[in-house]
Amino acid sequence: MSDIAHDEHLHESTGIETRKLAMWIFLSSEFMFFGALISNYLLFKGRVGYPEPYPSEMFDIPFTSVSSFVLLMSSLTMVLADHAIHRDDQRATRTWIVATALLGMVFLSGQAFEFTEFVLHDPPMKISTNPAASAFFTLTGFHGMHVLIGVIMLLTLAGTSFRKGRLSTATGLNLESVALYWHFVDIIWIVIFTVVYLIK
Amino acid sequence: MASTTAPASTIFRRPKQTSGWMSWLTTVDHKKIGIMYGYSAFFFFILGGLEALILRLQLAGPNGTVLDANEYNAMFTMHGTTMIFLFVMPVGAAFFNYMMPLMIGARDVAFPRMNALSFWIFIFGGIFLYSSFLFGTTGPPAGGNLPGGATDASWLGSTINGGWFMYQPNAGPRFSTGTVLDFGAIGLQILGLASLISAVNFIATIFNMRAKGMKLLRMPVFVWMTLVVAFLLLFSLPIIAVALFMVTFDRQLGTLFFDTFQGGDAILWQHLFWLFGHPEVYILILPAMGIVSETLPVFSRKPLFGYPAVVFAGAAIGFLGFGVWAHHMFASGITPVAQAAFGLATMTIAVPTGIKIFNWMGTMWMGKIKFTTPMLFSLGFVALFVIGGLSGVTHSIVPADWQQTDTYYIVAHFHYVLFGGAIFGIFAGLYYWFPKLTGRMLSERLGKLHFWLMFVGMNLTFGPMHWLGLQGMVRRTWKYPEEYNFGTWNMVVTVGAYTIALSILVFMINWVRSKRRGAESGMDPWDARTIEWSIPNPTPEWNFGVNPEVQALDDWWHRKYDEDDEGRPVRKAEADATIAQFHDQGVNPPAPIHLPSPSYFPFLAGSAFLAIGYGVIYHTKGWGLPLLAFGVILLLSSMIGWSLEPIEEEHEEVHA
Repeated sequence: MSDIAHDEHLHESTGIETRKLAMWIFLSSEFMFFGALISNYLLFKGRVGYPEPYPSEMFDIPFTSVSSFVLLMSSLTMVLADHAIHRDDQRATRTWIVATALLGMVFLSGQAFEFTEFVLHDPPMKISTNPAASAFFTLTGFHGMHVLIGVIMLLTLAGTSFRKGRLSTATGLNLESVALYWHFVDIIWIVIFTVVYLIK
Repeated sequence: MASTTAPASTIFRRPKQTSGWMSWLTTVDHKKIGIMYGYSAFFFFILGGLEALILRLQLAGPNGTVLDANEYNAMFTMHGTTMIFLFVMPVGAAFFNYMMPLMIGARDVAFPRMNALSFWIFIFGGIFLYSSFLFGTTGPPAGGNLPGGATDASWLGSTINGGWFMYQPNAGPRFSTGTVLDFGAIGLQILGLASLISAVNFIATIFNMRAKGMKLLRMPVFVWMTLVVAFLLLFSLPIIAVALFMVTFDRQLGTLFFDTFQGGDAILWQHLFWLFGHPEVYILILPAMGIVSETLPVFSRKPLFGYPAVVFAGAAIGFLGFGVWAHHMFASGITPVAQAAFGLATMTIAVPTGIKIFNWMGTMWMGKIKFTTPMLFSLGFVALFVIGGLSGVTHSIVPADWQQTDTYYIVAHFHYVLFGGAIFGIFAGLYYWFPKLTGRMLSERLGKLHFWLMFVGMNLTFGPMHWLGLQGMVRRTWKYPEEYNFGTWNMVVTVGAYTIALSILVFMINWVRSKRRGAESGMDPWDARTIEWSIPNPTPEWNFGVNPEVQALDDWWHRKYDEDDEGRPVRKAEADATIAQFHDQGVNPPAPIHLPSPSYFPFLAGSAFLAIGYGVIYHTKGWGLPLLAFGVILLLSSMIGWSLEPIEEEHEEVHA
């Protein structure tokens, strides 16, 4: 994400590489962000008596299970990319980065499809239909935005590796930080899928 | 790696980057960024102050006619929003930026460009917020009138007017038509992002960039308070971000979060807002506590009494600060159990705060106190903060709070802690560290005049509000009738407010004069304790000529002083030689030093938020969405361009 005022005399007091440390710190903040959004949905989902349909009536669990599986697999390919760059295997790194980005895009397409289904349903469930729908679209929409930003970062990494022929850990945007972010986005999705989709 | 071996005489980096306005626009130097934070925060302080002075004109006598109800709402909203988000928070960031790396012995913060990005987002967020004066519109709810019964809002009234707390659904689309509250919600969102980025940066800096030997419990208390504030920001800002997104979506996309007519929840807003808002008050006060924890030992010529206790009390305040938010909501109908629990938790906060106050008094006890201007402001801080703290504890008693809610008693309380506390602490820091910025001293004569005017003015302004409030004068109300007999004390309050304004004028004169003609400070004018004084004044561009190694808490003091058998400090024979040696290596670094190069990207990425903000507000107009798209593309391309720059190219060699 950024450069470091690094100086050969300065050491890293914690022993954790500073960009990785910063990503951990940032992600701790993200937990509060999604925590607020999830509790928001939980607050509104039980408040019935407002215009139907409610999100819980609309879920297509088998479909979302598949797209959740795709997102989970992208964590695996992310780990493989991380593993490859530690071996300095540039080809494999590039392959797994692109694979991760593609899986992320499949997930996003699934979300776009799901949203479209909800909006085109009769009667439609739009963001303004009832507060539970507002909370659902806001929560999953923000998660989707996070996946999208992750995809952009991955494609940027892939682009760098094509342009320069190799990825090094020396660029401001490094694979390990992106991997941390990507895993975080996956973990949040597991929570959302469980709490929002699966628990009645 | 583009390393240019410059001749020994050209100490500075490429000239086009070190002077002129372009150097400020592209700088990544934490000191320059700190100075820019300071000046822009002070500019907003003047604006917020002018708004307060207008409010006080309106309230000077019964049935004031200076403002109408709508304008009054706008003025108190802008006053609060400005002072909190555009003055106290950024001035805290100014101190963190300038002082924290020096106090931990670092060359810069961990992410210099990200640091510049925080600053530019803050600036553009402030511009965005204040542009509501130019572009904002406000209108009555459907079939209703504006506050006070007016049909049209004046120019002054057409700015953010929902209170800094933006309570819902009042500030929602149903009751506040027009764009001003979009300016408010999106403006605060932008400012929050700036603070979040700097919080990540400061935590990473303090965790990873400390000088050799600078263990956590050898860090100056100010650095500790920086860390606690950064964590508070880190965990509270995402909550207000969610809340502000919800408001923005309610207003722009038709979501129903806070529309109580269609299932929305007004109390949810209060919970989310105060879950952020209460940690926020510690975000405002802890920097000042850190500053006086530095100044009191220096001017008492004693180490800080109970250093670990002060540090842990600060951290405890941070923790407890997340568990007391509902004491802002005692009158909102939350359950008695919740009221009891939050009342008790609120009283608990007094314990670590009390620990700090007793430790500061213990520091001064038997000390050889020097009543310099920074010391006077520090003493003012302790005294006034105790008053504000005590009235704060009275709010934790729920039945009493029901009486006090929405009266001037509350206004008195939070101005004693935020003006008497935060602002006195900030001025203590400005007088104390001015030599680090300029190599000169602020005038003590004008400084003392400033202090006494401000101290008297502050108590005249906010003291009478205690009994005005207890007599029933309600806040956020634009006028009061004559038969309530509030007139006399309100006149006193207004006189006090203008006395404060006068004191600020004295300060400004002092600053401008001393910057040019103040006495030379030399290296260590206060005979201080911490390592930021072990380098020359003004601070060289590279901070430390030689990376420091720290052997003790108050390392700089221990290099100058020993203790005799009774624990009294005895100046070492070689103290002057030590100072001279540190001065020499500070001015002429023995080895080349790498500094990060300036960058255009932070400014560009920051400016994108202006386009994004306007794009969201005006998305229904033809040019709104293109503007939004432009902003997003500008942001993305700046971030990508920035992140692909290899670190090596970021550095040039600087030779001494």
